[in-house]
Amino acid sequence: MVTYIIRRLIWAVVMLTIVSIITFGIFFLVPRLAGATSESLAARYVGRTASAEQVKIAADKLGFNDPLIVQYGRFAKGIVAGADYDYGPGVEHCPAPCFGYSFLTRLPVWPDLMDRLPVTLSLAIGAAVIWVIAGVATGVLSALRRGSLFDRAAMGVALAGVSLPIFFTGIVSLVVFSYGTPFRITAPGGSFTPFDENPAMWAYNLILPWITLAFLYAAGYARLTRAGMLETMNEDYIRTARAKGLSERRVVVKHGLRGALTPILTIFGLDLGLLLGGAVLTESTYSLPGMGKYAIDAITNQDLPKVMGVTLVAAFFVVFANLIVDLLYAVVDPRVRLG
Amino acid sequence: MSFLELKDLRIHFPTDDGLVKSVDGLSFSLERGRTLGIVGESGSGKSVTSLGILGLHKGGRARISGEIWLDGEELVGASQEHVRGLRGKKMAMIFQDPLSAMHPFYTVGEQIIEAYRIHNDVSKKVARKHAVDMLGRVGIPQPERRVDSYPHEFSGGMRQRAMIAMALSCDPELLIADEPTTALDVTVQAQILDLMRDLQRDFNAALIVITHDLGVVAELSDDILVMYGGKCVEYGTSEDIFERPEHPYTWGLLGSMPRLDREPTERLLPIKGSPPSLINVPSGCAFHPRCAFEERTAGRAKTEVPELLETEGGHLVRCHLTRERRRAIWENEIKPNLEAS
Repeated sequence: MVTYIIRRLIWAVVMLTIVSIITFGIFFLVPRLAGATSESLAARYVGRTASAEQVKIAADKLGFNDPLIVQYGRFAKGIVAGADYDYGPGVEHCPAPCFGYSFLTRLPVWPDLMDRLPVTLSLAIGAAVIWVIAGVATGVLSALRRGSLFDRAAMGVALAGVSLPIFFTGIVSLVVFSYGTPFRITAPGGSFTPFDENPAMWAYNLILPWITLAFLYAAGYARLTRAGMLETMNEDYIRTARAKGLSERRVVVKHGLRGALTPILTIFGLDLGLLLGGAVLTESTYSLPGMGKYAIDAITNQDLPKVMGVTLVAAFFVVFANLIVDLLYAVVDPRVRLG
Repeated sequence: MSFLELKDLRIHFPTDDGLVKSVDGLSFSLERGRTLGIVGESGSGKSVTSLGILGLHKGGRARISGEIWLDGEELVGASQEHVRGLRGKKMAMIFQDPLSAMHPFYTVGEQIIEAYRIHNDVSKKVARKHAVDMLGRVGIPQPERRVDSYPHEFSGGMRQRAMIAMALSCDPELLIADEPTTALDVTVQAQILDLMRDLQRDFNAALIVITHDLGVVAELSDDILVMYGGKCVEYGTSEDIFERPEHPYTWGLLGSMPRLDREPTERLLPIKGSPPSLINVPSGCAFHPRCAFEERTAGRAKTEVPELLETEGGHLVRCHLTRERRRAIWENEIKPNLEAS
């Protein structure tokens, strides 16, 4: 087990390194391919009034003229150990993990990102709880009452759920439940209250985005659970469980659902990992100041350090979620050999 | 009344294509300590019968009628909850393929403990000890270590032993084994049969062995019931069936059974044709399209369903041929062929 975990950990680090190389490559090479020079890149750091000479010095000091590998090394070192930026007038220390400074605000990227993280975490985890419970419960009931009115209705709704994009359901929900007078249950989006400040307001402000996001995912989980349950409930071991005299509820939950759990767990890890990197559409629709919104803003402003920061953090979550899924997989299915 | 009695049991499944008469008027009785072998081809209704006794015949869709008496209690029409309480405790079942019949995600011990604790109000520790005892009793070496193994870590034979341990964990009085050796290596089959015979003696349970393999019933059974198309076509003691079989289908089964006392060059005598559809059961005797002696019934086999009649001393046969004619055919045409080699 320990060797297995270590191996997965090493693999995760390798994955992250590869992602960082590719990201770095794209974001440092692409502007150059588009005709940008070291000087034009440096100009973004020194301001508009700087003379050509000053820009050239800044470009040198920022290392834009060094070989790519050296630049990458500096970038990686910044993330691991922090970096010092020499602007000319003075040296500024950027503590680890350093993703550089925003072109626009000239503030370091990392603290900014970390400010956004609680929003995305709250949104993703809250929605995940809702969609797993709702999706799996619906899927199980649908499978057990296969062909019933409930099953058909639930699968119809689920089909709608997977098909309707967030920017549609989200806006409809805002119109009906926020701006529309009769059903006003929540304030218009855009406000986020940290959990430790006021849990009730935190949940109140997030309930609409949670449900909208959960609807999209719950639909898929309901279909997946239903398919899995239909399969496992036909397994011989379910008949054995019944022959032992187990109550039907126990047969369904302990034996049936347990057997159908593995693929759900896999998908869940991937979905959650992706969402933690920023629920772009949901955050934009509800104007939530999360990482997805951050990414969109960064892209619109061509703020490369921000884009790289958010990309790497998103990649980290995906790799991390995969790691957790791999480990859980071995716990859930003992047939997965460890070692 | 016997310990287990089935009276005119019918289990029918309505489907889009018509009514599937899986079990169609089956009656038999069985005492504690006795073994009944139910023999037939796939689709003869033998497995559905056993599931029906346990109340596991896919409740909602099936139509079940007739009577099942277990130890003086009527099970057909009894509440689901009541039958559930009997399952595992009073009547238990061993399934064909122990790999798929055991849950892959729970250890063998957990599965036995679960079976034991549903019906016995004991702590996990006591139940675990019981599980270890049971595993030891069915001949699994180092049971206190193996109790924590998963089914996939067992060999096929060991798995079937564990399955038997699980079925016996609550000391059932009726044990049904559905093709208990079919999924096993030939070398292991004999061990499992020996084990089942020994355990049945120890537990004094009534045992029903369901199989398509006459060799298995020959090993175990006191009585044998031959099923065809959802009906009993011949019933008698083991001796009746092997020494004086009277139904053409039973002859066919005997002829298609490989035997060590025959020359390897000797061809088996398979029954021609395939088992009948349970939706459009052939008119008259369900076996007549495959029967070599059908023309000797003066056309009755095609039109009239034969009755299950006693030929002598509890030996029942469902055939239009007269008793004398059946005996003559067996003595003159079938037996010499089986022994010819």
